[in-house]
Amino acid sequence: MGKSSRLAFGEAIAEIGSLNKNIVVLDADLSKSTMSNIFAKKYPDRFFEMGIQEQNMIGVAAGLALSGKIPFICSFSIFLLGRFETIRMSVAYSNTNVKLIGTHCGIGIGEDGYSQMGLEDISLMRSFPNMSIMQPADEIETKEIIKYAAENFGPMFIRLTRQNLEDVHSSNYKFSFGKGDLLFDGNVATVFCTGGVVGNTLAAAKELEKEGIKIRVINIHTIKPIDTDIIIKAAKETNYLFTIEDHSIIGGLGSSVCEVLSENYPKKVKRLGIVNSYGESGSPEALYEKHNLHKEGIINSIKTELKKGV
Amino acid sequence: MSKSIEELRKISNEMRADILKMIYYGTSGHPGGSLSSIDILSVLFFNKIKRTQENALDPDRHRFILSKGHGVPALYAVLNRCGLIPTEELWTLRKIGSRLQGHPDRVILPYVEASTGSLGQGLSIAQGMALAAKIDNKNYKVYCMVGDGEIQEGQIWESLLSSPKFKLDNLIVILDYNKGQIDGPTNEVLNLEPLKDKLIAFNWDVQEIDGHDFEQIQKALDNADSSNGKPHFIIANTIKGKGVSFMEGVIDWHGKAPNKEQLEKALEELSKIN
Repeated sequence: MGKSSRLAFGEAIAEIGSLNKNIVVLDADLSKSTMSNIFAKKYPDRFFEMGIQEQNMIGVAAGLALSGKIPFICSFSIFLLGRFETIRMSVAYSNTNVKLIGTHCGIGIGEDGYSQMGLEDISLMRSFPNMSIMQPADEIETKEIIKYAAENFGPMFIRLTRQNLEDVHSSNYKFSFGKGDLLFDGNVATVFCTGGVVGNTLAAAKELEKEGIKIRVINIHTIKPIDTDIIIKAAKETNYLFTIEDHSIIGGLGSSVCEVLSENYPKKVKRLGIVNSYGESGSPEALYEKHNLHKEGIINSIKTELKKGV
Repeated sequence: MSKSIEELRKISNEMRADILKMIYYGTSGHPGGSLSSIDILSVLFFNKIKRTQENALDPDRHRFILSKGHGVPALYAVLNRCGLIPTEELWTLRKIGSRLQGHPDRVILPYVEASTGSLGQGLSIAQGMALAAKIDNKNYKVYCMVGDGEIQEGQIWESLLSSPKFKLDNLIVILDYNKGQIDGPTNEVLNLEPLKDKLIAFNWDVQEIDGHDFEQIQKALDNADSSNGKPHFIIANTIKGKGVSFMEGVIDWHGKAPNKEQLEKALEELSKIN
């Protein structure tokens, strides 16, 4: 098992901090969980502990950005999104160069339960015209995305996991903003996946291959702007389409893919994720099993659709 | 060059006329809180920030954020006098395609510094700008005007709690305390008092002035230049609708455009003050 994307973020931002002195990091009393504390120890003059004030942190970051700084602001994803309207005015509409780092996304956080789980964050963020949304699948992709965020202008939301993730990329992987990432090729079905569930999806595809079912796995690390070409191509080349995400199926990756296809190449899409329900306490494994986001659940969901026929 | 009190009085009343004409042509807007704040903006822009075309986007410029974004006709009026908005453009307020949005939009009109209008957000942005100046050892100051209804917002109190922690003595908040908000008198809708005591308890350097007395405004802004490690808060007691007899203290004029007859009456009154 590899690192969590929050830990990969903490290491990445501490590393990049030396390259650009305008990078500043803000946290709202969760630096030990978001892993921004690694940066804080290395660059105490450029780390700002804002206390438990997410709204003010977002606004202060906007002011810093308007004065030439590149603020990375960190909290649990849903605590940032809880201040939706501050993000709307001070970051999105104002087009400020603020990087929103939302950790502890999805039911994958486990025992803390629903109040801490970001399950609607992508849905909300997607409604802003200029907000880039990225979700890495493993350590190396996280580091590439953080580097991209530091080097490119614009409001960005980066969604990270609490739980450790399987490495799905080799060490020479290069992230390409806005481009879907083909992890495994196949001609029967395509599964679009993102973030913490990519490892399980890839494992499921490898298992299915043993049974002669070849599944294409595309990692959508950039949810906005989404790669329309790779989605349309997959719809043309494979009969069955799936989306898998640790997020509500309303407004997240599933909706994004359906929006692309409904206007360009209408086709049935089975959306897997959190289906119109809240989260709850439990081990991450038990919750993934309950919501069919573990390897076996993904395999079963795919087989069920295949049995139904086109 | 700084303006004398006589010049400030004259130009403020001229800007009051501009504000009412803007809102009349725009067919909507907020006269009450624009008229209450304009004397403060006069002193600030002409004698303190000294905004000109040359320094308007200088990275080291003093900054002003109108957190009470609905008072933006006053800001457009003063930016016009600083040479940053052509006079004919003033009459495009709130019309489609205009840079003069109903509330400030920094993307299409960068001179407003921040996009505001959803109350309570501008102060945090000002705090961030003041913090950036401290990080970079720059001398610019950040001025932020808030409204009395506005400071009922929780985010304001987050920044009031936070700014002293960072010793932002380059941050100057001015409260346009005109005592009225949409649903009624501020002290009835949600009383702020004892406000000064609260701010002192929050570790701010607090002054209280008459927001229509140019000498007091100037003196308070000069006092706020002091670097005592504390952010500054100026409680400016003002009159909603100041300068127009039938608007003064009348809450109904918070967010309503005058009709032709009312505009003419107001302009006539203002011309007599000059």
